[in-house]
Amino acid sequence: MKPTLAGYARASTIAEATAWLAEADGDAKVIAGGQSLMAAINMGLGGDTRLIDINGIEALKGIRLEGDRLVIGALTRHAELGRHPLIAEHAPLLTRAVPLIAHEAIRTRGTIGGSLSHADPAAELPACVLALDALIRISGPGGEREVAADDFFEDVYVTDLAQDEIVTAISLPLAAAKEAQLIRELSRRAGDFALAGIALVRRPSGHRVAFFGTGPRPMLGRSVMAALDAGDLAAALAAVPEDIDPQSDPHASAAYRRHLASVLLRRCLEDLAA
Amino acid sequence: MSDLFQTETQIRLMVNGQKVKARVRVGQHLTDFLRQELGLTGSHAGCEHGVCGACTLRVNGEITRGCLMLAAQADGAEVETIEGLTERGVIADLQQAFVHRNALQCGFCTPGMLATAADLLARGGVPGREVIRDHLSGNYCRCTGYEAIIDAVETVARARAEALK
Repeated sequence: MKPTLAGYARASTIAEATAWLAEADGDAKVIAGGQSLMAAINMGLGGDTRLIDINGIEALKGIRLEGDRLVIGALTRHAELGRHPLIAEHAPLLTRAVPLIAHEAIRTRGTIGGSLSHADPAAELPACVLALDALIRISGPGGEREVAADDFFEDVYVTDLAQDEIVTAISLPLAAAKEAQLIRELSRRAGDFALAGIALVRRPSGHRVAFFGTGPRPMLGRSVMAALDAGDLAAALAAVPEDIDPQSDPHASAAYRRHLASVLLRRCLEDLAA
Repeated sequence: MSDLFQTETQIRLMVNGQKVKARVRVGQHLTDFLRQELGLTGSHAGCEHGVCGACTLRVNGEITRGCLMLAAQADGAEVETIEGLTERGVIADLQQAFVHRNALQCGFCTPGMLATAADLLARGGVPGREVIRDHLSGNYCRCTGYEAIIDAVETVARARAEALK
């Protein structure tokens, strides 16, 4: 099917993009890397959509340290995330996540801000920022705000973003000296969305475990985290089913996804012990 | 406001080393623009949702899905298609190896497969078969069963590494 669009405009500043979104009143979408949106448009889902292209907004680019936070511009491509030394040093979870995202020809163009805004429940980066306890920086016509990743993801493809807001950056705490950051997933073929996945962070303040592909959004495994903080690995493994909410679909049954999530946690715990 | 949103737009870009200026429909993806407006039919439109890899080409030196990018977004970019890679001779050894190893039959996936394999080979060294397989995992081939393609890529990686000694 051939893509059709009702209109296209290139924004050069954040203020411009959000003002246009506000004016469009729900009738425009933001395009960044477009690696999910273009596929939807090509399937004919964009007939009356107008696109605001934010790829030219310089303020959304770059990876930098701001005091004791690592700040990642929303337009950072997955490929750049995967090879950037500041990411490898301060948020190695993201370095490890990148090879699991789709394929190289997708990673060169897809962006972290786009992935978070799209909020596919089986995507890697939303679960990673949740496990890392990130703050999502958001801009709209009314100004800027920061939302904890815990509060950002609401449902399948639904986030806390208002229709005239965009994600501008992701702010992360720096990894502590002995912090462990792991990601594992199971998918049928390389590059596919995960049937189940886990991002696990062990830092001095405690464990954070996010599951993906096992519910309507990436979810913190709160019972699992509490059990790990208490040092009870058996209880952590036993708590997996109550922490997630998988659905059956043509790819896998809910029971199989629950099983996979437990297997992945066990493998992560083995990694931590090694 | 409505003036901001265009249905056609002017783009200037480099395609295979040549300057191109064109007016495009904003909904046209890059692969269709290359095929229909410039006659560069080596970039194949397969699934058109980023899964099959047949449209893979280079944008600013990095492999990209031509179907997942609007032509309008290629304004200011350097695009290289399989025609450009072929003319520059930079993948002649890879193309030869594909022929020798029977790494293609119908040829539909071949331009994207070559562009993706060339991206891996450009990193140097001799990647293992698992690495080659992973790098090509976003490119579907319905004829060969992949083994011959991996053979061809591995052969070229070895030959290039040998030539550097």
